[in-house]
Amino acid sequence: MARKARATTPEPSAVRPSTPNTTVDAAPKATPKTSTTTTTTSSSSSTSTVNLSANSSPFAVAGAIWDKYQKDTPQRTKLIDVFLGFLVAVGALQFIYCVVAGNYPFNAFLAGFAATVGQFVLTASLRIQTNPANKAEFSSVSPERAFADFVFGSLTLHFFCVNFIN
Amino acid sequence: MSTVKSILFKDPASTESTRSILRVLILLTIAAAAVASRLFSVIRFESIIHEFDPWFNFRASKYLVKHGFFDFWNWFDDRTWYPLGRVTGGTLYPGLMVTSGAIWHALRMISLPVDIRNICVLLAPGFSGLTAFATYLFTKEMKDSGAGLLAAAFMGIAPGYISRSVAGSYDNEAIAIFLLMFTFYLWIKAAKLGSAMWGGLCALFYFYMVSAWGGYVFITNLIPLHVLVLILMGRYSGRIYVAYSSWYALGTLASMQVPFVGFLPVKTSEHMAALGIFGLIQLVAFVDYLRGQVPSKQFNTLLRALVILVTIVAFTGLVTLTVTGVIAPWSGRFYSLWDTGYAKIHIPIIASVSEHQPTAWPSFFFDLNMLIWLFPAGVYLCFRQLTDEHVFIIVYSVMASYFAGVMVRLMLTLTPIVCVAAAITVSSIFDTYLEIDSPQESDDDSESKKPKKEKVKETGGFLSSKAPYIGIYSITSKVAVVGAFSVYLILFVLHCTWVTSNAYSSPSVVLASRMPDGSQHIIDDFREAYYWLRKNTPYDSKIMSWWDYGYQIGGMADRTTLVDNNTWNNTHIATVGKAMASSEEVSYDILRKHEVDYVLVIFGGLLGYSGDDINKFLWMVRIAEGVWPQEVQERKFFTHRGEYKVDHEATDTMKNSLMYKMSYYKFPSLFPPGQAQDRVRGARLPSEGPVLHTLDEAFTSENWIVRIYKVKDLDQFGRDHFSVSAFEGGKKKKGKKGGMAGRAAGKRGRRVARI
Repeated sequence: MARKARATTPEPSAVRPSTPNTTVDAAPKATPKTSTTTTTTSSSSSTSTVNLSANSSPFAVAGAIWDKYQKDTPQRTKLIDVFLGFLVAVGALQFIYCVVAGNYPFNAFLAGFAATVGQFVLTASLRIQTNPANKAEFSSVSPERAFADFVFGSLTLHFFCVNFIN
Repeated sequence: MSTVKSILFKDPASTESTRSILRVLILLTIAAAAVASRLFSVIRFESIIHEFDPWFNFRASKYLVKHGFFDFWNWFDDRTWYPLGRVTGGTLYPGLMVTSGAIWHALRMISLPVDIRNICVLLAPGFSGLTAFATYLFTKEMKDSGAGLLAAAFMGIAPGYISRSVAGSYDNEAIAIFLLMFTFYLWIKAAKLGSAMWGGLCALFYFYMVSAWGGYVFITNLIPLHVLVLILMGRYSGRIYVAYSSWYALGTLASMQVPFVGFLPVKTSEHMAALGIFGLIQLVAFVDYLRGQVPSKQFNTLLRALVILVTIVAFTGLVTLTVTGVIAPWSGRFYSLWDTGYAKIHIPIIASVSEHQPTAWPSFFFDLNMLIWLFPAGVYLCFRQLTDEHVFIIVYSVMASYFAGVMVRLMLTLTPIVCVAAAITVSSIFDTYLEIDSPQESDDDSESKKPKKEKVKETGGFLSSKAPYIGIYSITSKVAVVGAFSVYLILFVLHCTWVTSNAYSSPSVVLASRMPDGSQHIIDDFREAYYWLRKNTPYDSKIMSWWDYGYQIGGMADRTTLVDNNTWNNTHIATVGKAMASSEEVSYDILRKHEVDYVLVIFGGLLGYSGDDINKFLWMVRIAEGVWPQEVQERKFFTHRGEYKVDHEATDTMKNSLMYKMSYYKFPSLFPPGQAQDRVRGARLPSEGPVLHTLDEAFTSENWIVRIYKVKDLDQFGRDHFSVSAFEGGKKKKGKKGGMAGRAAGKRGRRVARI
């Protein structure tokens, strides 16, 4: 499948939590130093390595998040994130095409766009469900069950897409 | 009632398995009761399709089983809306017909060839049993299975739902309420578990609902509203994200497969709320993820601020897009939901439908009886526990209460939630008062976890009263409250049965009346007339009538109609209205241009049937006035004192209108001179009846309810019909032979035309 082949290609910059990433790439090293230590320190009880105060600059926060992401996220979840980024890219591409070149076979556009959006949310659901941090929330959904749900949802989604795309 | 009793008096030693068997038995009993009470109409009358819309659904179902699914999908119907035709396959909700078609095929497959008519007649009762089951599941998620069984029993017999689902009422609502409840159940399940599978199932049933009823918009807006309220309450969780995203992504895509819905979900304002919440929840999920990375207390406030900001931005964007015309504005029916006076001023075609009128308050009691006062208590109980699913009940009840107050028809969407809330109340009361032991704590805790067991021991509570308790723990108070509620429940069942058998079981195609000796007399004028049309007119003749009767003519008489109950073309309806409201000179022109062969009017003046065309006449005038304000004016149909009169005070415009003439043509000749009496309007008519020049009376039914006129052909000598009748009237006096002369005259007219 072409999609699978291309899934490996996108740049790291397409990864989801990376919107401020490009500007920050150089910053994370500097963040611990620049973070001003003011009185209202938040209760940072987590394992985050970076000490952030409430007044940290947005760049610092983003850099810290990026660092933590790189460090704490399991490899599988990162794979999911790459796929998510790919879907965002494809969706954005379709949308730009629709805006630039017109939406003439509207159902085809909708089907294609809905396929990416639907796949995105289903994958994001899978990511949320399998995240160990959310274990308490999803007491009845084991990771295997989550994957089965994901397959079921994707099959349904693509069935409707194929039907709709004409 | 027996079902409710059986919930209460169960074997105390019942284990979990016997309890579940009992539960199944009770549910089956409830389903049987639900089906049985809907069969009054078949027993009283016969197995017949009711009212108006069902006749179209029935006709479409017949088409489906005869021509197959694909032909049905591409069905262009040239026998309605003459001369325009209707793309029927693309302008209906196919869910109902496909369902009955599937049942028909399934029964044939197991060698049970059942007539499609019987399937159509019995579809609604069958699905009401399923609705009771769906309500049970839904309520079980809210409280427990005891409340679920009560809710199922309420739902099975509540008149508010029965009114739309008696046998023969083969309408979209017949299956839609089941789908509504089941979709909501799946939604609650999905939101509770946070499972994409339940969300996907919810989307599939949503798809079924979309294909079955236009009321799917209610779901489309209620679920996003639930999510929005949860987010604003700070109750966002990953479960909500999973459930909502999977439902929306799949459900919206699925709903666009229905041709009638098409691109509406991305283009109209009614669906924008769901889309907006979908976008919002993505943001919220992302922010929530970030918060997991950077724990800080400020984040919560930031999140809430973000939500509010996005909502405002999205709303403004929506308004801008609507104003600039990218998104279609709200449809008229939705405006009339917010401003009850809107439809009457701007869209008379919507206001003219009786089920779009605001609800009168007694009908709440009539349709829901004691449930209506238990309903607020149930909502209050939801507030006390307030988990995510209780928020759903609250949101649902607020919205549905409002809509039910605005439109009579939407009583139907209120009924399920009233049943659920009332069941929660009653079940809580029984939980509290049927406890054998008085608890040590305050009575709040007595709403215990195992209500089944406590209920079970009620009899024991009566007899083994050892310690004298005071307050609500005393036997007296227990007996009083439980006894009172048992009586209420019995009264409720009696009321429901009475309402069902008396108010909601009339097919309205066949009318029933009582003879002086109390025996039932069936008035069958409609079918008599439609059968006459079927047998005595050419297959391709065009019948003009007011749109109410379009479906019935199409279904029973199988003749081409100009307008019908699918009111998709206002101008065409206004044309018919104009033809009815204008004088003969103008009307004849319209009739010729539309190649009308017969004109059909409903007249109740002889029998006292109040739903006749003269009473609907003002709507015809109004709708026509909306299109031709110069030519048709409502004011001219009122006397100078502003009264709507048909007697000698009637205005000239009224007396000259085609409708008036057709209704009262030869009517006075039934009575002694000067005694002609219109029983509906209680008016004494002038002894000189109206004269028709361009129409011939072709048929009048036994009780004069249906009158059919044949449009005269053009005169062979090129004269207009007025000079013809003047000429004939002057030359040779045609004797009037009383009431029956009409038929003779009809035949004579046709003979003249043929020569």
